[in-house]
Amino acid sequence: MAKPSDAVDPIAAVTDTGTRDPGGRVFFGARSALLLFFLALLPIPLFGFNDYIVSLGTNFLINLILIASLNVLMGYCGQISLGHAGFYGLGAYAAGIVSARLGVNPWLGLPIACLVSALAALVIGIPALRLRGHYLAMATLGFNAILAVLFDQLVSWTGGPNGLLGVKPLALGNFVLSSQARIFPLVWLCAALVMFALLNLIQSRVGRAIRAIATSEVAAQSLGIDAFRYKLIVFVLTAAMAGLAGSLYVESNLYASPESFGFSPSILLVAMVALGGWARYGGAILGALIYTGAPELLRTFQDAQLLIFGAGMIAVLLFFPGGLAAVGDSFVRFWQRPRP
Amino acid sequence: MSETPPTLLDVRGLACRFGGLQAVADLDFAVRAGEIKAIIGPNGAGKTTLFNMISGVIAPSAGQILLSGEPIDRLPAFQRARRGLGRTFQNLQIFREMTVLENVMVGCHTRSHCGTAQAILRTSSARSEEHAIRGRSQALLARVGLSERAGEPAGSLSFGDSKLLEIARALAASPRLLLLDEPAAGTSHDAALRVGELIRELNRDGLTVLLVEHNMGLVMDVSHSILVLDHGRKIAEGRPAAVRDDPAVLAAYLGEDDDA
Repeated sequence: MAKPSDAVDPIAAVTDTGTRDPGGRVFFGARSALLLFFLALLPIPLFGFNDYIVSLGTNFLINLILIASLNVLMGYCGQISLGHAGFYGLGAYAAGIVSARLGVNPWLGLPIACLVSALAALVIGIPALRLRGHYLAMATLGFNAILAVLFDQLVSWTGGPNGLLGVKPLALGNFVLSSQARIFPLVWLCAALVMFALLNLIQSRVGRAIRAIATSEVAAQSLGIDAFRYKLIVFVLTAAMAGLAGSLYVESNLYASPESFGFSPSILLVAMVALGGWARYGGAILGALIYTGAPELLRTFQDAQLLIFGAGMIAVLLFFPGGLAAVGDSFVRFWQRPRP
Repeated sequence: MSETPPTLLDVRGLACRFGGLQAVADLDFAVRAGEIKAIIGPNGAGKTTLFNMISGVIAPSAGQILLSGEPIDRLPAFQRARRGLGRTFQNLQIFREMTVLENVMVGCHTRSHCGTAQAILRTSSARSEEHAIRGRSQALLARVGLSERAGEPAGSLSFGDSKLLEIARALAASPRLLLLDEPAAGTSHDAALRVGELIRELNRDGLTVLLVEHNMGLVMDVSHSILVLDHGRKIAEGRPAAVRDDPAVLAAYLGEDDDA
């Protein structure tokens, strides 16, 4: 096999201009904005809010991990998964069972949850991602259905429909993370790590390859990109992140029950990706805000809740097909419009 | 060319059948290192099918494809690209959501090494490689004349500019053989002249080019040799002047059915 050095370099004679395109600046901005965003969230448990408010913050961050990771898989890489809540649940039950049933140190639940979800994604992804088309959507749909049955039926492990009880809280020595305020910093840290990891990923060589695959797999392959390999990496990585979110969920609620991880939350997560903004980094934050906040705000409407939620979602996607993040973009464009 | 340069691409007995349609039949030809070879033929002659077989988009029903003497016909498309095969597409396949510059940066994929873990950790080697890729891509955009559009979404480019972007993107991988599928189709006369000039320049720098094109002016102008296909079969091959006067070629183009 010929080495790349044998190849003709069409621009060998052209020197590197060394200038930066606008993209470089935008990327720097995204990183600082993300840092500010997380720093602003950190004091939530310190202001003497009640447990309910802090739990909203925890839920928001867990949902953020879920929606941001799904956005990278679906928005940036173009692979439709209808089983993200399944990986979330797998992580939750893996961590919960480790802690409640096996009696090992509950901290081990976090890496085990990531690992279990990642392994499941590997098993599904290897056959489903080899082909172009919607095989992954079908496979993940089936996977989630199977998991929903298992969570419900393996009563001796999962507690069945009554839910998994007896999950032991995480502890740092004698400091037990048993309240929402105490577990918040851990969830915050995990969410921040995930969000920075995803930002770094999408802005890299790997991220460009992923986005290329989403637009044209044929063109990506013609440039030497192994589409199968990258699709599998993204699928496994994002599944591990959903598993991590599950372990954080079970450790902050000390409970898990099957309905949180069924088909319906999987579909809602997909809807939140679209609502926030397909393949827009900030879209996941908006999606997570709505996913966390809307049920609370619409509580007074009781049965009409889902109806209002659904109508609102349709309205947004009708007027802003790019999602809520696109609304922000149009404001920026309006602000930066040429003025007389 | 006084002494014969080595064969870069060798196609032997290549055939492709779609159900009852024989798109390419028993085709033999070679591309010598350093030459510009054009493939012409009426619509449906099998030119794009041939490109798709060489680049690995579709599998041939029979035959062999050798790049520098190595068989590549069993390799997936991305492996062929890594062995030095670059291509553009007749129906544009640019990454519309990315910027013009990012499109070319994707083309640098095989020439860079940053893996997933390094990307996530944003290591210093990943960042310096990123800087190098960006500089290289800007230089390539300058070469095809798209520097001013670097930061714009690729979807906003005109058809002709998109064709140029595809060439820059393919060049980013430093191919040994570049397959150009109708680089001047649907572009203005001036743009076609620019494409011709670009092909000649790239060839002068040592790039071997296999070209499918309907613009006869461009083909006659740049090619060292021409292969004529009709109904998936080779009906003529040779220097431009010889091919132009070949009766079989005239018959194929003018639609005269020779009942021989």
